[in-house]
Amino acid sequence: MKIPLKYTIRNLGTRRLTTGITVLGIALVVFVFSAVLMMAYGVQKTLIATGSDENVLVARKAANGEISSIIDRQTANVILTLPHIAKTPEGKPISSGEPVVIINLNKLTGGLSNVTVRGVSQQVFTLRPHVKLKEGRMFNWGSRELITGVAIEKRFAGSKIGEVVRFAGDNWTIVGLFDAGGSGFDSEMWGDADQLLDAFNRSAYSTITFRLDQPEVFQEFKAAFDKEPRLQQFEPKIERRYFEEQSELMAGFISILGIFITVIFSAGSTIGAMITMYAAVANRTVEVGTLRALGFRRRSVLAAFLTESLLLSLIGGLIGLFFASFLQFFTISTLNFGSFSELAFSFALSPTIVSSSLLFALLMGLLGGFLPSVRAARLNIVNALRSS
Amino acid sequence: MKVFKLIFKNALRHKLRTALTILAISIAVMAFGLLRTVVTAWYAGVEASAANRLISRQAVSFIFPLPYSYRDQIAKLPGVEQVTYMNWFQGVYIDKNQFFARMAVDAETIFDVYPEFVLDADQLQTFKRERNSCVVGADLAKQYKFKIGDIIQIEGDIYPGVWQFVVRGIYRPRDKTTDATQMFFHWQYLDERVRQESPERAGNVGWYIIRIADPAQSGAISNQIDGLFKNSRAETKTETERAFQQGFIAAAGAIITAMNFMSFVIIGIIMLVVGNTMIMSARERTREFAVFKTLGFSAGHLVGLILGESMLISALGAGLGLFFTFPFVAGFAAAVPKGFFPIFNVEPSTIILAVSSALVVGFVASIFPIQRALTTRIVDGLRHIG
Amino acid sequence: MEPIIRVQDVSKSYWRDSFEIPVLNNISFEVPSGEFLALMGPSGSGKTTLLNLIAGIDRPDRGTINVAGTDIVALNESRLASWRATHVGFIFQFYNLIPVLTAYENVELPLLLTSLSKRERREHVETALTVVGLKDRMRHYPKQLSGGQEQRVAIARAITTDPTLLVADEPTGDLDKHSADEILTLLERLNLEFKKTIVMVTHDPRAAEKAHIIRHLDKGELQQN
Repeated sequence: MKIPLKYTIRNLGTRRLTTGITVLGIALVVFVFSAVLMMAYGVQKTLIATGSDENVLVARKAANGEISSIIDRQTANVILTLPHIAKTPEGKPISSGEPVVIINLNKLTGGLSNVTVRGVSQQVFTLRPHVKLKEGRMFNWGSRELITGVAIEKRFAGSKIGEVVRFAGDNWTIVGLFDAGGSGFDSEMWGDADQLLDAFNRSAYSTITFRLDQPEVFQEFKAAFDKEPRLQQFEPKIERRYFEEQSELMAGFISILGIFITVIFSAGSTIGAMITMYAAVANRTVEVGTLRALGFRRRSVLAAFLTESLLLSLIGGLIGLFFASFLQFFTISTLNFGSFSELAFSFALSPTIVSSSLLFALLMGLLGGFLPSVRAARLNIVNALRSS
Repeated sequence: MKVFKLIFKNALRHKLRTALTILAISIAVMAFGLLRTVVTAWYAGVEASAANRLISRQAVSFIFPLPYSYRDQIAKLPGVEQVTYMNWFQGVYIDKNQFFARMAVDAETIFDVYPEFVLDADQLQTFKRERNSCVVGADLAKQYKFKIGDIIQIEGDIYPGVWQFVVRGIYRPRDKTTDATQMFFHWQYLDERVRQESPERAGNVGWYIIRIADPAQSGAISNQIDGLFKNSRAETKTETERAFQQGFIAAAGAIITAMNFMSFVIIGIIMLVVGNTMIMSARERTREFAVFKTLGFSAGHLVGLILGESMLISALGAGLGLFFTFPFVAGFAAAVPKGFFPIFNVEPSTIILAVSSALVVGFVASIFPIQRALTTRIVDGLRHIG
Repeated sequence: MEPIIRVQDVSKSYWRDSFEIPVLNNISFEVPSGEFLALMGPSGSGKTTLLNLIAGIDRPDRGTINVAGTDIVALNESRLASWRATHVGFIFQFYNLIPVLTAYENVELPLLLTSLSKRERREHVETALTVVGLKDRMRHYPKQLSGGQEQRVAIARAITTDPTLLVADEPTGDLDKHSADEILTLLERLNLEFKKTIVMVTHDPRAAEKAHIIRHLDKGELQQN
C-alpha cells in the first residue's frame, strides 16, 4: 500500500521557500528548453507554410538554396512542356520563373541585413493563393516597382509604400504591401521577374515553381522529369518540402545548440532538486522511521519521496511552460542560414514541445530525487527513530 | 582568525550538500564559459580584422559581384598599397554539412594583403605557378587530412560542374584569432571556365580587399573608391574590414541576444541553487546563531560566518568549473559541424566574467540567510528546532 | 494462559567504529496474553533495544523471538513490515505524528496498509479517536494539539488496526504530570477493557505502577524479581 499523495503534497507546502526556489530553478530550465524548441519549430513552421503541397519547385541539384540555383530560360521552357502541369483556362501554365536575389537594407534597430527580392511571373497569385495584397496596389508588369512583405515593412527602413529602394543601378518604387499569412514570403520583396533579370543583366531564373494538375501525380511527374536528358542537373521537389528543407539547417542549429546548453543547465537544477530532496529526507528521518515502524515498506517510502521530487519538477515544468507559451505572441527575425536572408518568425508551440518539456522536467525530478529517495528507503528504522 | 576555521568546519558539516553545490556551480561556470566562448567566436572575425585593410563590395549586397576592371582603378588611388580580391565559391565538398570557406583568390597578391596567413616561400611559388592548385589552412588540413599533392574535388553550385584542385600549400595561422580553415584557389582558373560555360557571368570578382598605407585615411579612401563607381551598374560600398565583419554579426543578432540571455539564466539558476543551500544551512543553525549571540558574538561575526561559507563554496565551484571549462569547450568544438566556428578559444574576458559571476552568486546567495540570522530574536532562535 | 511473547536466548550488540558494545546478553522471558508489562532500567540498559526487537523493527544477533505464534526473526523484511502493520501498535516518547497530516489522517495511516474500504476505515478511525476522547479534534493538525493530546492521537493510531500487541517507549517521558496520568489511565483502560497486551519501556516509577509486571534490565541482563 502506498503512502497517501496528500502526505507528499503537503510536505512540499511545508518549506515553501526551499520548495519555491527549487521549483523556480526547474521552471527556468524548462522555460529556456521550450523557448529553444519553440524557436526552432517557429522557423520550421514559417518555412513549411511558405510552400504548398500542390506546387512543385525546381532548383539545380547542387544548389544549397534558391540564390545559388540557376535555371536558364531554355531549361525553364523544357520543364514547362512536361505533362501534368496545371494550366489556366486560357491554356497558360500556372507557373512562376523566379530570379531570387539578396539586397541589403537598414534595419530599424540599426545595422544592415539581407532581404530577399523575388522576381515573380504573372500567374503568381494563382500559384500562391495564400499571398494577398494588403495595402496599396500590385506592381505594374514592365515597370520597376516592388511590393513588400509585411514582416519586411515592420523591420526595415525605407520599405513603406511610396518609398524608393535603390539597387542594380535603378530606383524601385514600393507600391504595395502583401501579407503571406505568416509564411517566409512575408520576409521578401516581390517584383516583376523580367524587370529584375533585366536590371541585373541576367538571363537565368533561380528557380521555377508551378502547380500540378492533381497533387497526387508528383511521382509520375518526377519520373517524366528524370527521364528528360536536358534536366539532369535539376531536381523537382514539392514546394512545401523544398522550403521545409531550407529550414533544416537553421532549426537544426537552434535545437542542437539549445538542447546542448539546456541539458547543461538542467544539471544545475537537478542538483538543486537533489539538495532539496536530501534535506527533505534529513528533516523527516523520524517520520520515515515511524512510517516504517507502522508497517510501510521501503518501496513505499521510496515512492513517496520520488513522487515528491517528481511533483516538484512537474510544477516547475508547468510554470516554465506557462511563461514560455507567452512567447508565441512574439515575432523575431534573424538571418536564416539556409537562404542567407532575414526571416521573421514567431515562437510556435506544439503538443510535442509541451510533452517533451514536461518530460524533461520530470526527468530532472527523477534524477534529482532518486538518490535521496533511495537514502530514505534505506534508513534503518531504529536509527531513524532515534535521530532528532 | 578563528572564524576561518569555523567557516571550513561549517562547510564540511553537510559534506554531500556542499559537494553537490560546488558541483552545480562548476557546471554552471562551464556552461557560462561555453556560452561566452560561442559569443566571442562570433566576434572572432572582428578581432582578426586589420586596421589597414578596407573591403569594397557591391553596394546592394555582397552576393553580387564587382567587375574585375575595378581593380586597376582602385589601385591607382593615392594611399592604396595593394589590391587583391576574392570570390565566394561555396560548392559542396563530400556533403552539404562541410562548411569551410572555399575562395577564388588572386594568387599573386592574396598572401601580401593577408600576412597573418603564413605560407612557406616555396609553396607560395608553386601555388602561383600552377593554375589548378590550391592552398588550405593548417586546421583544415588537419581536419580532413589533406597533404600536399592531394586532389580536392568539389561539386559547384554557384558555379555548376565538378571542380578539382591540387593542394600545393598549407598556410599556418600567425595569430590566435587567425582563421586557418579556409581554402584558396586561383580566381583565373574559375574565370576561364565560367567564360566558356556562361560568358555573361565572367570577369567578375566577389569583393576587393585593399591594403592602405595609413589607417587614419581609411574613411577618405573609402569615400574615394565609392565615388569612382557612383551611378554605375555596380556601385561599391567600401568600409574597414572591422566594420564589414561587424555587419555579419549584426545579421545574426537574434542568436547572440539569445545566447546572452541564456548566460544570464544559468547564473540565475545557480544563484537559486547556492541560495537554497545557504538558506538550508542557516535555518538548521538558527539555534546555534542564537547561542553565538548569547555568547556575545556580534552581528558582524555572524555575517562573516554566513558570507564566508557562501563565498568559500562559490569560489571552490568556480575554480573547479574553470578547470574543466577548457576540455569541455574543446569537446563542444569537436561536436559542432566542421568549420562552423573557425576560431573557438576561451578568451581571458570569459574567465574573468565567469569568476566574478560566481563571486556575485556567493554574495547574493548569502543575503537572505544573513538577514534571517540577524533578525531572529535570541529567545526565538533558542527555541527553534531544526 | 499461553504466552503471547516468547523471547529465547536473545543477544544483541552494536558496533561503534570497531568497538563491539553488547546491549542485550542472552535474554529469555515470556509475556502472557493480556499482560501489561513495564520494562525499567537505567539509560543504556538495553530496554528500548529489547522493545524494538519484540516489535519487529530490529533484529537480534542470536536467539529467537516468537510473537503470537510467529517466529519474527525468521521473517524477511517485507513480511516483517506486513506483520508489524497487523500485529503491533507503536506509541513513542515524542508521539511521532506526521506533522502534515491531520489527527484523522494520522490515525488512518496504518489502515491504509489493510484492505479495508474507505468507509470501514472511517469507522475504525472514529472508534479509535472516540476511545482516546479526541473525536472532536480529528480535523486538527498535530501542532494545533497539546502534548497530551498528541500522545492520545498516537495511541489512537496504535490501536486503530486492533493489533495483538501495543509497544510503548517512554510514552509519558515528554509530558507533564497531568497529561502523563491521562495517558497511563488510557493505557490501563486499553489493557483491562480491550484486553490489549502492552509492553512499555519507562523509567517513571508512577508509570510502572500501572503495569502488572515490572521487569528490570541492567547492563543487558534481565534482573530476577
